[in-house]
Amino acid sequence: NSGVMSLLRPLLLDVIPTIQQTAALALGRLANYNDDLAEAVVKGDILPQLVCSLSDQNRFYKKAAAFVLRAVGKHSPQLAQAIVQCGALEMLVIYLEDFDPGVKEAASWALGYIARHNSELSQAVVDAGAVPLLVLCIQEPEIALKRIAASTLSDISKHSPELAQTVVDAGAIAYLAQMILNPDAKLKRQVLSALSQIAKHSVDLAELVVEAEIFPVVLTCLKDSDEYVKKNGATLIREIAKHTPELSQLTVNAGGVAAVIDCIGSCRGTVRLPGIMMLGYVAAHSENLSMAVIVSKGIPPLCACLIEEHEDHIKAAAAWALGQVGRHTPEHARAVAVANVLPTLLAMYTDTHSSEDLQMKATLKNILQKCTYLPALEPLLHDAPPNIMKHIIGQFSKVLPHDSKARRLFVTTGGLKKVQEIKAEPGSLLQEYINTINNCYPEEIVR
Amino acid sequence: MAALARLQARLSGLREEYFRRNRSEDEDRKIEYKAAVKIQSWFRGCRVRAYLRYLNKMVIFIQKWWRGYQSRRHFRKMVETAYFIMKMNFYNEMAVRIQKRWRGYYVRKYIHNYYALKKYLEAISVNNEIVRKKLQEYAEMKENEKKKKDLEKKEKEKKYQARKMHYLLSTEQIAGIYNSPFRKSPDPMELLLQKSKPLSHRRQQIKSPFAYELYDWPTCKRPPTFSTAQPLPPIGRQKPQGPFRDTAEVLQQRYKPLEPTLRVAASINSPLQKAREEMKREEWRNRIHDNEFLPFSSYHKNEKYDPSIHRSGKYGQETYGIKHFREVQPKKWVADKDFQTVLPSIVLFEKFGKTYTRTGQIV
Repeated sequence: NSGVMSLLRPLLLDVIPTIQQTAALALGRLANYNDDLAEAVVKGDILPQLVCSLSDQNRFYKKAAAFVLRAVGKHSPQLAQAIVQCGALEMLVIYLEDFDPGVKEAASWALGYIARHNSELSQAVVDAGAVPLLVLCIQEPEIALKRIAASTLSDISKHSPELAQTVVDAGAIAYLAQMILNPDAKLKRQVLSALSQIAKHSVDLAELVVEAEIFPVVLTCLKDSDEYVKKNGATLIREIAKHTPELSQLTVNAGGVAAVIDCIGSCRGTVRLPGIMMLGYVAAHSENLSMAVIVSKGIPPLCACLIEEHEDHIKAAAAWALGQVGRHTPEHARAVAVANVLPTLLAMYTDTHSSEDLQMKATLKNILQKCTYLPALEPLLHDAPPNIMKHIIGQFSKVLPHDSKARRLFVTTGGLKKVQEIKAEPGSLLQEYINTINNCYPEEIVR
Repeated sequence: MAALARLQARLSGLREEYFRRNRSEDEDRKIEYKAAVKIQSWFRGCRVRAYLRYLNKMVIFIQKWWRGYQSRRHFRKMVETAYFIMKMNFYNEMAVRIQKRWRGYYVRKYIHNYYALKKYLEAISVNNEIVRKKLQEYAEMKENEKKKKDLEKKEKEKKYQARKMHYLLSTEQIAGIYNSPFRKSPDPMELLLQKSKPLSHRRQQIKSPFAYELYDWPTCKRPPTFSTAQPLPPIGRQKPQGPFRDTAEVLQQRYKPLEPTLRVAASINSPLQKAREEMKREEWRNRIHDNEFLPFSSYHKNEKYDPSIHRSGKYGQETYGIKHFREVQPKKWVADKDFQTVLPSIVLFEKFGKTYTRTGQIV
């Protein structure tokens, strides 16, 4: 391979332009294939030569040169750093001003791959003055160029709030918001991803994105036929709704919850995850919002996700979201319990999975501490481990002293017998609860 | 003189009497003295006692009067405080009633308005229904569009196939494939074949794979056309006999591509400016190079970079887009000119860089 590099290098300086272009194309394809080859390209001192030959070339050479830079820069941050150090960023920014849209596309693709790795590289790209030119590129009529420019802006703004602010200051949000209406699916993916990367950093940025009047247009993206458009749309709504209760209220008032619930119901797999998290965030802010989620029939899809999905992290997210919905008041806990999801949660908790244990425990605890719907608690008595049993018995001890019908039901369904079988240390909280329950009944029944 | 005689007679007894009297007096003196003391003390005692009694009576009178006065005062105070407490209790109770009503009202109206919450949740479900319906309609519309597009594509393909296979049309003598005599009515393909015009020798449009996608979006009206090279004449064709012109020439003349004038190329409805804009955009897109073709001798000499129209300002490169990104708003400026420095500049600092010559490289 190194032999090839040293052969290709003088060809870059050849007199005939076709040879230059083909040599550059060959280098690009080599570097694209493997990162060792890309390193060899960097070590062979080829990049400074590419950078030197600037504006005298025709558009095919420019495209090939930008392709080489993209191929080298995509593998690792060190290679991208090498590209930045040899001054290629200025060259790419100059290419962004070129008239040919293919050159612009290649240049912005290369910038996108460089900026993707970490925030220092993104900062270097921004310092070279790329952002206003990218915003101009977005306004171009060619779809491919719009796609790549949107993806580059998304990669730049994802690292830190300052970078996102720079992108916003260049006026990108208005154009990105207009492009949500475009029928091209891949463009919509990139635009939604860019907007969500901007909105995720802080409340002000999220408010700026909302002011660009994306609701209710974004909801139509949730009905798109492309899976990733739905996923990115749900991600955008999630990033907006997670910051403050007011923003969540805004999304609920615009009908966002209904659209996201439908979206969760129609997808399968990791595409559902942002939608589930969005429901969790909305429900976590206040009990009115969580009641709004319940009223919009949000619990059945979440239960379906919990049962059907195979991936652990999606199940954990669904459990977390259910916990947020159910933890506010007994009404909420009742709505969750009626959906018959508590046995599933308990089964998952007692199953031997290490990573989701913590979330399940918190979820179960939150829901159980507020749940007064006894028919749903009964089945849990039989299989629960001791630390969960404490909460269940606690709830029973709170409700049974006041409700005679419930007491009768408790005895007839064998709950009292089960309670007697539980052994608890005297003086512990569990023993107190058991005593309270036993005191509700006359002596003969207890024995 | 008789009196004197009498006195002298008595004189002898007088001395004894005198002595006797003095002596009895002396003897009785103590007793009389004690008696007198006793009587006097008793009397003084009585007087003092009477006085004390009198004082006592007076004092009692005063104290009685004073105590009555104090207690009446005290009692009056007690009555006042009791009255005050009664009033305050009454006021407190009334205030509690008012506050109870007010707090209930305030909480029910502003903090936890049950009916407003209920209405809000109902409104949310109604809104959700509307949104769901609209989204459903949108999805259906998209489905219909897709189906229509697919159908149209299929139709187009069928028509193209019919045009290609026009020779399969049935004639008077020979029934074609699609017109079997055992069928009641001819196959729809047969009818299509009847309607279609045979394809010409040359295909005028080269189908590009991107045409289908890009046609939908209004800004990109024309698909990217690749430069069509001149098609080569068929190989090994016998030249037709006779004074015919060269085939290539004839075909070129016959199928010269249309170069419409601006008036023709622009659509009827659009104004002239839109047409001009279209041309401008095309020229902007396809233009490769700013500079004209330079001869090879100046290949390496010309290193200057011409900035684009976007970036070059009036006095050189604009820093907007590189150094700063915020816009300037001259309407909001306070004064037309820049602020003048009030304080004089520091003399020492002005000498910086100027104390040595240029060759010292400080400047």
